Amino acid sequence: MNVLIPAPLHSYTGEREVDADGATLGELLADLDRRYPGLRFRMIDEQDRMRAHIRFFVNGEQTFDMARVLLPTDSVQIVQALSGG
Amino acid sequence: MPRNAKKSAAKAKKTTKSAKRAPRKAPARRVLVLVATRKGAWFYRGDTERKSWQTDGPHFLGHIVNHLVLDPRDNRTLLAAAKTGHLGPTVFRSTDFGRSWKEAARPPAFPKAPDGEKGRAVDHTFWLTPSSASEPNVWYAGTSPQGLFRSDDGGVNWEPFSSVNDDPQYRIWMGSVQDGTPDGPKMHSIIVDPRDSAHLYFAMSGGGVHESRDRGRTWTPLVQGLEVVQGFDAANIAFHDPHCVRLCPSNPDRLYQQNHCGIYRLDRPSKEWVRVGKKMPKRVGDIGFPMVVHPRDDNTAWVFPMDGMTVWPRTSPDGLPSAYVTRDAGKTWQRLDAGLPASQAWWTVKRQAMTADAQNPVGLYFGTTSGELWMSRDEGNKWSPLAKHLPEIYAVEAAEI
Repeated sequence: MNVLIPAPLHSYTGEREVDADGATLGELLADLDRRYPGLRFRMIDEQDRMRAHIRFFVNGEQTFDMARVLLPTDSVQIVQALSGG
Repeated sequence: MPRNAKKSAAKAKKTTKSAKRAPRKAPARRVLVLVATRKGAWFYRGDTERKSWQTDGPHFLGHIVNHLVLDPRDNRTLLAAAKTGHLGPTVFRSTDFGRSWKEAARPPAFPKAPDGEKGRAVDHTFWLTPSSASEPNVWYAGTSPQGLFRSDDGGVNWEPFSSVNDDPQYRIWMGSVQDGTPDGPKMHSIIVDPRDSAHLYFAMSGGGVHESRDRGRTWTPLVQGLEVVQGFDAANIAFHDPHCVRLCPSNPDRLYQQNHCGIYRLDRPSKEWVRVGKKMPKRVGDIGFPMVVHPRDDNTAWVFPMDGMTVWPRTSPDGLPSAYVTRDAGKTWQRLDAGLPASQAWWTVKRQAMTADAQNPVGLYFGTTSGELWMSRDEGNKWSPLAKHLPEIYAVEAAEI
């Protein structure tokens, strides 16, 4: 499925949109990490918690659930929530 | 191969050829100053006189870089502890002086907690220490929340020290996120005895100074003689707040410490720290963050005092920044402010933002919270600015290349 990557992570993917697979959001992030090693840890900590300023949207709808079921036709957007100076 | 890499390979080849013809005097070593800031990293390459400096940077613009260290054992492996305001923490590694960087395969991270328990997550790696020459490729890292980590492969993969990170007593001493400095409690001042790589020290803000004689399998607090904030019990390790501990390269049995409550010296095998900061001028006091030791003289050390009165402004006392030096192991201290602002300078020098090179006379370097980099090429007798208008400086290291 199509995944939109935020600018701070383009150093991993080299592009703004990439393809990745997974039956759930958690599986999708694992697949992204296989394709782009190190990317997942910048978004998800070692306790599998989302980092404070990273947000996930599926077809435009925000989700905090790593078990969220995904279909191959879904699109996923990863967003960094900018804050501070 | 990138164009620059080709050029430098050709240059290296040339040098090797001429070296074969006749033995030459080793070229003078140059100083490379590594500056880590809240928004990236910069290198400053000095000429042999340390008079002109070339700027190389920014590297990692926008990244919060807490420490940037060149491995003195191979003089080419450079590690950077970095994160951004939005992304998780990691360690980057370069073996070509920053022309290219590769991320650690497994950065410092706590183990996953069992289901139902709230596990810790590294917010940032704060401190990096290469081990001694007898252990090439071994590095240590200290994190916030406080944790000790080790890499055996030059910083590519990092493993936690369960003997500290999971020990119930140490968990109490290191406290929670609320018990540390404003941006999180720090593990720092990780020191490897150059004579014995199994002999280690580390310090925690807060949580005291600790020592291991068995490569980190077991640890013992080393806080005797250290004072704590008035009204608190010095017997409670959690109340101890060492800011920076340094071991003298010329005498590994001597350590100096800048603490939240004074400046101290420790001469092993004694376990009792002596407060040598009592001889500092009363108006300035002996509070500060950094501690710098002389590379060849264990009686000489430098500090950079800050205002620790009332609400702890942590600025230069009276807006008059100055280093202080002792040349007699803390019996007396002299003010070193020539060249520094003579009024209205309210910055701070953080705990790993002041350092010395190994040249003769020793060069000193410090970075400020207001983004100024200062240097002295005569052991602090005269200071001059090396760079201005950088982001807040977190760490300054001087390497000899």
